[in-house]
Amino acid sequence: MAAENLLKVQAVETYYGNIRALAGVDVEVNKGEIVSLIGANGAGKSTLMMTICGSPQARAGTIVFDGEDITKLPTHLIARRRIAQSPEGRRIFPRMTVYENLQMGAGLDNLKYFNEDVEKIFTLFPRLKERQSQRGGTLSGGEQQMLSIGRALMARPKLLLLDEPSLGLAPLIVKGIFEAIKKLNQEEGLTVFLVEQNAFAALKLSDRGYVMVNGKVTMSGSGKELLANPEVRAAYLEGGRH
Amino acid sequence: MTAATETGHPSVLAKAVREGIFAGVISFLMFLLFVGIETYQDINNALVWRTRWGLLAIFVLVAAVGRFLTVGFIKPHLDQRKLAKAKSGVLEISESKSFFHRHFLKIALIFLLVYPFLSLLIVGKQGSLKYVDNFGIQILIYVMLAWGLNIVVGLAGLLDLGYVAFYAVGAYSYALLSSYFGFSFWLLLPMSGILAALWGVILGFPVLRLRGDYLAIVTLAFGEIIRLVLINWTDVTKGTFGISGIAKASFFGIWSFDTGSASSFVKAWGLSPSSVYYKIFLFYIILALCMLTAYVTIQLRRMPIGRAWEALREDEIACRSLGINTVTTKLTAFATGAMFGGFAGAFFATRQGFVSPESFVFLESAVILAIVVLGGMGSLTGIAIAAMVMVGGTEVLREMSFLKVVFGPDFTPELYRMLLFGLAMIIVMLFKPRGFVGSREPTAFLKERRAVSGSFTKEGHG
Repeated sequence: MAAENLLKVQAVETYYGNIRALAGVDVEVNKGEIVSLIGANGAGKSTLMMTICGSPQARAGTIVFDGEDITKLPTHLIARRRIAQSPEGRRIFPRMTVYENLQMGAGLDNLKYFNEDVEKIFTLFPRLKERQSQRGGTLSGGEQQMLSIGRALMARPKLLLLDEPSLGLAPLIVKGIFEAIKKLNQEEGLTVFLVEQNAFAALKLSDRGYVMVNGKVTMSGSGKELLANPEVRAAYLEGGRH
Repeated sequence: MTAATETGHPSVLAKAVREGIFAGVISFLMFLLFVGIETYQDINNALVWRTRWGLLAIFVLVAAVGRFLTVGFIKPHLDQRKLAKAKSGVLEISESKSFFHRHFLKIALIFLLVYPFLSLLIVGKQGSLKYVDNFGIQILIYVMLAWGLNIVVGLAGLLDLGYVAFYAVGAYSYALLSSYFGFSFWLLLPMSGILAALWGVILGFPVLRLRGDYLAIVTLAFGEIIRLVLINWTDVTKGTFGISGIAKASFFGIWSFDTGSASSFVKAWGLSPSSVYYKIFLFYIILALCMLTAYVTIQLRRMPIGRAWEALREDEIACRSLGINTVTTKLTAFATGAMFGGFAGAFFATRQGFVSPESFVFLESAVILAIVVLGGMGSLTGIAIAAMVMVGGTEVLREMSFLKVVFGPDFTPELYRMLLFGLAMIIVMLFKPRGFVGSREPTAFLKERRAVSGSFTKEGHG
């Protein structure tokens, strides 16, 4: 795979008030890759994800997406550069139906490709088709996660950011969702940047991975390498294996 | 279980008596100072007080007996009916709706269109004044205001406690521009709307970052600022005296409704002079304005901006991550809502012929907001019904002279209107916590159209 760079995060520092959440992070995502970021609670994984989306903005360092510096862009303009996010906690629109939620995702192209894309999402997640006229808030956790990913995909993203897609879900459902991500990556060449606590599943899925500790990237390598790494195993995998 | 719900069962009756007495005691304590004691000015202009034990006793009795009947008879009866229904397996919401249900909106619209003539036919010219003006126009003004506020509160989810400010801006825009420059109603109506929308944006800017309670307080302050400016800027607004002699609306510039005018409507049609024609004309104007508001709201909900409003109400962060510019989305919501408030204000000014800051107090904002909440946030039909009940209810109260038989000849029912208003709100919120129409009609669907049940539509209920 030609390593054409899509996202390049360089020496990024993010603060919440005076508290430094990211202490100079370097991460790269190439086109067509699945890259995962693992780490313990409070390591700054979600903060990095949010910083890429511009909320909060990085105080130092640069974020370059597809050759363009997006560090200081407001969130909605970053989203319009086709970085779609399935945020932590899913954040679907609870009072709107599944169908309307998907429609919200297709707003960037003013619903131009809506009909063909919605069919694609329904093939990927048949459960959503069954539930299409149901209100988002009445879905189960797994279905909400599917909806959240589906909504992000409706924007025809160049880069899909997934923040803890396995959060609070049963292992079987997590497996299904990860299979769907893999399928998207292989069939459509979708680039995915994944933040996960479920390190084993994430690394197995990924081409490359980063390990984050206290706002810094401490290790990186291919998914297989990290899985085999004794430190990673000790910290994130032993006992946490599904 | 079944034994306990049977009417007249001793334990139920005992409970009813207990609760009745309890309600009596509570209402005695509550009304002791409000009703039991009355203050008035004596000949020396000093404030003195006297007691009204009789009236207080009636209040307490009504509460106690009401509670007794509710607990002892009405509730067991309702429970029994529910139980019977559950047993027979008939769902409360049946699929086949009655003709009236299905065509409710069409019937309502046709009724509104013929309403002035109906009242002319039934109660004659003089009687119609009351029914067209006090009931028809008054209710429709509130319907329009509530529909306007609904865009801000119901759709975009921005709690606005100062909506009356835009109403005031519209009214004063018309009043001032028409009395200083002599512009006509038809020119000033859109201008008032635009000016109000402008103020909507001006309010919108500083509050963009605020949400919920904080936003509510700032909008509340904004409403008061506008009112205080109107009171204190005496050179232009004449302060508390208000502006009187505001020009009437003309029949699109063809006929005038001023009695002395050469092109008078009454003369042109050979009718006997009466102010009822003007009232009927105004009725149709406000009806048309209401329809415009409803049409625009319905259309906007289907458009990207309307969908963005609804999404904004649900989750602001998700909105931004989908590429929605929340700044412009909020501003357009404020501006659109304010614009309709401005239209209503201009109409109000021409209808009254007089505006003063008195008409734009916080209570008005609260009433409009109450109508939106009672109607079920976002539902146009529900809000219209709520406006009819709330505004129409207070008007009906004026007519209830028979209450004097119960409460004595000094009783003036309209003074208790806020009490009843509150009571009605409590009752509605107890039995229909999501408002009259709590369900939300989706704007997009693939195959089947299904309203989203109201019992699930609580905000933030993931």
